[in-house]
Amino acid sequence: MDRDAILRKYPPQSENLLALLHDLQDARELHYLTEEDLRAAADHFHLPLSFVHGVATFYTMYSLQPRGRHVIRFCQSPACHLMGGVSVGKTLQKLLGVDFGETTPDHEFTLEMSSCLGVCGVAPAMMVDDRVYGNLDEEKVASILESIRREK
Amino acid sequence: MKKRLDVLICGGGACLSSHSQDVKNKFIEVLKAKGLTDEINLVETGCMGPCEMGPVMVVYPDGSFYVQLTENDVEPIVEEHFLKGRPYQKKLWAAPEARKIVEEKRQVPFFEKQQKVVLALCGKIDPESVDEYIANRGYEALGKVVTEMTPEAVIEEMLKSGQRGRGGAGFPTGLKWKFGKASEGKQKYIVCNADEGDPGAFMDRAVLEGDPHSVIEGMAIAAYSIGADKGFVYCRAEYPLAIKRLEAALKQARAMGLLGKNIFESGFSFDIEVRMGAGAFVCGEETALMASIEGKRGQPRPKPPFPAQKGLWGHPTVINNVETLAAIRHIILNGADWYASIGTEKSKGTKVFALSGKVVNTGLVEVPMGITLRELLYDIGGGIPNGKKFKAVQTGGPSGGCIPAAHMDTPLDYESLTKLGAIMGSGGVIVLDEDTCMVNVAKFFLEFSVEESCGQCAPCRIGLKQMHDLLEKICEGKGKMEDLDLLESLAHTIKATSLCGLGQTAPNPVLSTMKYFRDEYEAHIKEQRCPAGVCKDLISYVVDESKCIGCTACARTCPVSAISGAPKQKHRIDPSICTRCGSCIVKCPVKAIYIGPGAVKREVESKKLHLEKTL
Ligand SMILES: Cc1cc2nc3c(=O)[nH]c(=O)nc-3n(C[C@H](O)[C@H](O)[C@H](O)COP(=O)(O)O)c2cc1C
Ligand code: FES
Repeated sequence: MDRDAILRKYPPQSENLLALLHDLQDARELHYLTEEDLRAAADHFHLPLSFVHGVATFYTMYSLQPRGRHVIRFCQSPACHLMGGVSVGKTLQKLLGVDFGETTPDHEFTLEMSSCLGVCGVAPAMMVDDRVYGNLDEEKVASILESIRREK
Repeated sequence: MKKRLDVLICGGGACLSSHSQDVKNKFIEVLKAKGLTDEINLVETGCMGPCEMGPVMVVYPDGSFYVQLTENDVEPIVEEHFLKGRPYQKKLWAAPEARKIVEEKRQVPFFEKQQKVVLALCGKIDPESVDEYIANRGYEALGKVVTEMTPEAVIEEMLKSGQRGRGGAGFPTGLKWKFGKASEGKQKYIVCNADEGDPGAFMDRAVLEGDPHSVIEGMAIAAYSIGADKGFVYCRAEYPLAIKRLEAALKQARAMGLLGKNIFESGFSFDIEVRMGAGAFVCGEETALMASIEGKRGQPRPKPPFPAQKGLWGHPTVINNVETLAAIRHIILNGADWYASIGTEKSKGTKVFALSGKVVNTGLVEVPMGITLRELLYDIGGGIPNGKKFKAVQTGGPSGGCIPAAHMDTPLDYESLTKLGAIMGSGGVIVLDEDTCMVNVAKFFLEFSVEESCGQCAPCRIGLKQMHDLLEKICEGKGKMEDLDLLESLAHTIKATSLCGLGQTAPNPVLSTMKYFRDEYEAHIKEQRCPAGVCKDLISYVVDESKCIGCTACARTCPVSAISGAPKQKHRIDPSICTRCGSCIVKCPVKAIYIGPGAVKREVESKKLHLEKTL
């Protein structure tokens, strides 16, 4: 969907700003918001650009930088931490060759941290886009990455 | 038409992560191929509780409880159980302590001691079917309320039930509604807090995914009581499945006239919108949550005015947690006296706890308030895995504290937990065993709060960072005894002067671990020793050359390539590269890797040695 079509979905009340930003961001293959997106949102709601920028930078799920086609949210809650999350996280970094907060050069994956994904029963866990993966270990993350790479 | 067998397969978040969807699809395929679709009713439900065992499935009428299913189990289960009536033993839940296979779900110890109220329908019905909800007395409470009761009578009933909010603070629901009702205003709102940010808590997710109508019904009853005609559910963006099922439920409720104008011909009108967060823990705090619904940065503001006086867009607003709201219909249907008969004197009803960490049965359990920690951990949770010793539980996430082994028989209710310096919080119970360093745990929680602080007020923004740095110093073996006093005084100042609940409670994990595990802090400081063998600077991993068989397993698993050694030769770990992640210890087949003293200690010792020599 192009930007105008997305904008038309939202009535001009500024309470819709968060949802609009989610939509604009999801519409881009690389899951991020451009300056034009922020300007368009500001115009749509008659808000100052600074306000929109303020909102977009307050919430961790919005990104102003291009990200990967897949966003990995690695859970760093204490439950996951205790159940071996640290070494799984290290393995992910090694396999992807990036640090947390970074994107692989081929823009396939962005590795992010999440405060808690709420599947502590199967810790350690991560979410790739909308899918949750639990009971992770070194081998499992490797095969998950592999299968996602193959999917496309 | 009633079918011969009901097969309920869990579609909760955790089971989906262990591929319950594939198992379900396989069942559909096999049932179709064998022409059994008319005889067998296959339903995908919400979380059944024992998430660790997923994917799980229960078959009625006999109640066989299957765990850890894979696609390969489908054929034999259909063949043996569905056709020949013999439960497939291989995948029935075997209680770990007895290694006894239990054929019926209600005899599994995990379920035996539970009392399900809020979770009664989670895992029992198809969350996307309003008919199944209605068949289980769904929307009966709402009907009763709007056609037979005055708002005052509903509030009276809620007060009598003694129910307290499950979002953390434990404020009496009836009282909150009373304030909401008493507030002047033409426009009022009811908000459901589904932000569930506490690490270690996942009950709200389960309720929204497994029984979304119960939350809608609770909100409608609350709205009727305070005179609101509009509601919002604020759900975190990390829960897309919960949002999807809730949206579907709202649509069905609207289509049946259970939401919208003139509900049950009573003149009462009410509708609900879902608002999605965007990844900010502080938005679970009610004033920040309202700012976020309004489309702003989710920053808290001082209270008073309380939301019930001045809430969304300045209008009176009542905010309740998911679990709080999901219990309302049961209170109306069964009466306040029934609800008040469960639990302890000041903490009524049941509470859902989320067990995670070092416990055999992780997952969701619902028990009467006042059950002891021992019952929760051992009878239901199945104890600590791998023969390790229990050390403590952390309740209430980053706002809470720990309960050590000495207090295992404390009843779990609001008062007792607060007295111990832990809090109920949202009911997350993270179990820690002997391999957990309490200083490290405290540091970890503080890291969380530092990360999530919205930055408005100095005590929280700067103070927490100071506390964190002190803890880091201690974990690195560079702490001094004075640091402990400093930590304590900072903690009290931050608690007293922070703007919102985040800062006011964030020092709790430090205070409580210092109270119960001071010896561990002192070991880090005085002896540069981490008793649990966790703090990286105070330990090193060493290969015991007399045991090493040179199998290379450790070198292959090491994520940072710190281990050198050819096949069949003794391996060595380079302490300057090693990150002490622990994966080699797990992988070593002959247990040749042990934890030795860290660099700091070695440095100190060699200095001491040097000193002795020169003297
Ligand atoms: C930092 C912070 C985070 C919070 N997060 C949540 C949350 O995720 N879910 C929740 O229901 N309440 C949360 N609360 C509590 C809410 O502010 C509020 O008390 C609660 O939603 C009221 O509902 P109840 O009366 O039904 O418990 C949080 C409070 C603070 C201070
Ligand atoms: S998600 Fe299936 S048991 Fe919890």
